[in-house]
Amino acid sequence: MTTNPHFAGEPGWNQPRKPVLAQTIRPVATAEIAQLVADYARSVGERRRRLFQAAIVFLVAFLLACWAAEVRPITFFTKLPAFGNYIDAIFKLDSGERVWSDPAEWFWGVGTWLRLLGETLVMAYVGTLAGAVIAFALCFTACTNLVRSRWVVLIVRRILEFGRTVPELVFALVFVYAFGLGAVPGVIAIAIHTTGALGKLFAEVIENIDMKPVEGISSAGGTWMQQVRFAVLPQVQSNFLSYALLRFEINVRGAAVMGFVGAGGIGDTLIVSIRKFYYSDVSAILVLLIATVMLIDYGTEKLRHRLIGAERHA
Amino acid sequence: MSITSSSRLRDAILSSQAAIAARHPAHFKPVWHSQVTPALIAAGVIAMFVAGLIYLGFTFDMITRGGNQLLVILGVMLPPTPETMARFLLYLEQLAETLGMAFLGTLGAALLAFPFSFLAARNVVPNWIIHILSRRFLDTIRGVDTLIWALIWINVVGLGPFAGVLAIICSDFGALGKLFSEAIEAIDRKSVEGVLSSGGSDVEAVRFGMLPQVLPVMLSQLLYFFESNTRSATIIGIVGAGGIGLSLSEMIRTLEWQQVSFIILMLLITVSAIDYASTRLRMAIIGPRAV
Repeated sequence: MTTNPHFAGEPGWNQPRKPVLAQTIRPVATAEIAQLVADYARSVGERRRRLFQAAIVFLVAFLLACWAAEVRPITFFTKLPAFGNYIDAIFKLDSGERVWSDPAEWFWGVGTWLRLLGETLVMAYVGTLAGAVIAFALCFTACTNLVRSRWVVLIVRRILEFGRTVPELVFALVFVYAFGLGAVPGVIAIAIHTTGALGKLFAEVIENIDMKPVEGISSAGGTWMQQVRFAVLPQVQSNFLSYALLRFEINVRGAAVMGFVGAGGIGDTLIVSIRKFYYSDVSAILVLLIATVMLIDYGTEKLRHRLIGAERHA
Repeated sequence: MSITSSSRLRDAILSSQAAIAARHPAHFKPVWHSQVTPALIAAGVIAMFVAGLIYLGFTFDMITRGGNQLLVILGVMLPPTPETMARFLLYLEQLAETLGMAFLGTLGAALLAFPFSFLAARNVVPNWIIHILSRRFLDTIRGVDTLIWALIWINVVGLGPFAGVLAIICSDFGALGKLFSEAIEAIDRKSVEGVLSSGGSDVEAVRFGMLPQVLPVMLSQLLYFFESNTRSATIIGIVGAGGIGLSLSEMIRTLEWQQVSFIILMLLITVSAIDYASTRLRMAIIGPRAV
């Protein structure tokens, strides 16, 4: 350890301190200051240069993206009032009145819509649960700290990656041809996507556990199954549940658009009313949908906080 | 770590289990309440699952027939091929369009969400009315799926990728705004107090006390969103808002299964390449801990 030259002469911690600072701090030589200034300039210059390079890369990427995505600022600004008009139009009834002046007319189809929303929720529930169970079955074989065979881990991970990379809607599009129109292809699509997404998260949770309990069980002669059941599971279960609940939230949104490709739920009615310009229906369904999503979010958040709280108390 | 079983030890324990149980009866008594509650919950969850399956019209016959049909489709998908070079180039172009949409959508959403998140953070604007209003506003926007936003924007700016960009901006604005404001609320107050106590203004406290703490978190979330947006940008095309989804849904509708599998393959490769790159970038920005 070298002593700081600027504080040479500083007494040790157990010696009586001299009261006057001027005696202990050596005046800094001009050459040293020049050196410090140069060091500072070099280190700041290095950072600035890097930032500048990053900015150029970013700008090029931005321009390329604008070109690729056919961004048309002029169209955007000329059409922007149309967005306002659209939002305005969906909150008007056919008679030209504001929707809230006649809620009965606004929500004329509330019975059907609520039934379809219910179907959407059931789809999300069944899909999430099925996907979570499969993910649970697979995740223990996708982590390097429990499985020694590199091949098993690699293969299971690739399967999970496939499940979560292909969007649910693409699965649904294909499954509609295999299983026919209706909620079934939608649920299977959600389940497969959920398996991929949750399987990865579950495996990551397992890879972060404390290995001591596992070693304890294995050294007492426990089988692999017993290690998983008594050493791994107690450490991960609340995390797993929390992730599954979060996924349920996401899947409710996902299930709501499954109807766009004919795979059940409220999406079918929604896309028809948007495409056919049934303005007030669009806003009514969106209001119901947003309210449902918020309720589900609120409910799962409460549940997750309780889970995390329970873990803390345990 | 190892999974060897020292069977002799286990045999010894198992053979004396009865004796151990007799000596410590209190520890071997089944704990009823801790087993009945989870069992009841599990039974409820399973009952709801089965009821859901029936309600949604799952039948055994349907699953087997659909499964067979799916196997036939999978068989027809092989080998993946774009058939002509022109098609391949078209797919590449649409893939670039998809990436561009994801990039611009994420960027636009971040630019909108960044200032708004300070408004929605309780420790920057301590007014609870503003807090609740801004949070509900973000929740409302977030509650509408990207695809629904895409449909709305198609009505406004017409078919094409630009509608997709605007759709991603809208739906991610809600999500990023919420995440950003939560990141701001989770900061350490000490550096802000440090700036304030040495005479800094409120703006300086935000700039020098808060920003250095939240920027890396925000950047990491942004990269994560870019990743997930490349996935969601692929499906926006299904409703007509540009990108590779346009070709994908068209090929599915015309039952060109080999091309479908080729497009899916291209997607898989692109997404894993982006995952890889963005994981590296996130590591560089915030270190390996929070990836």
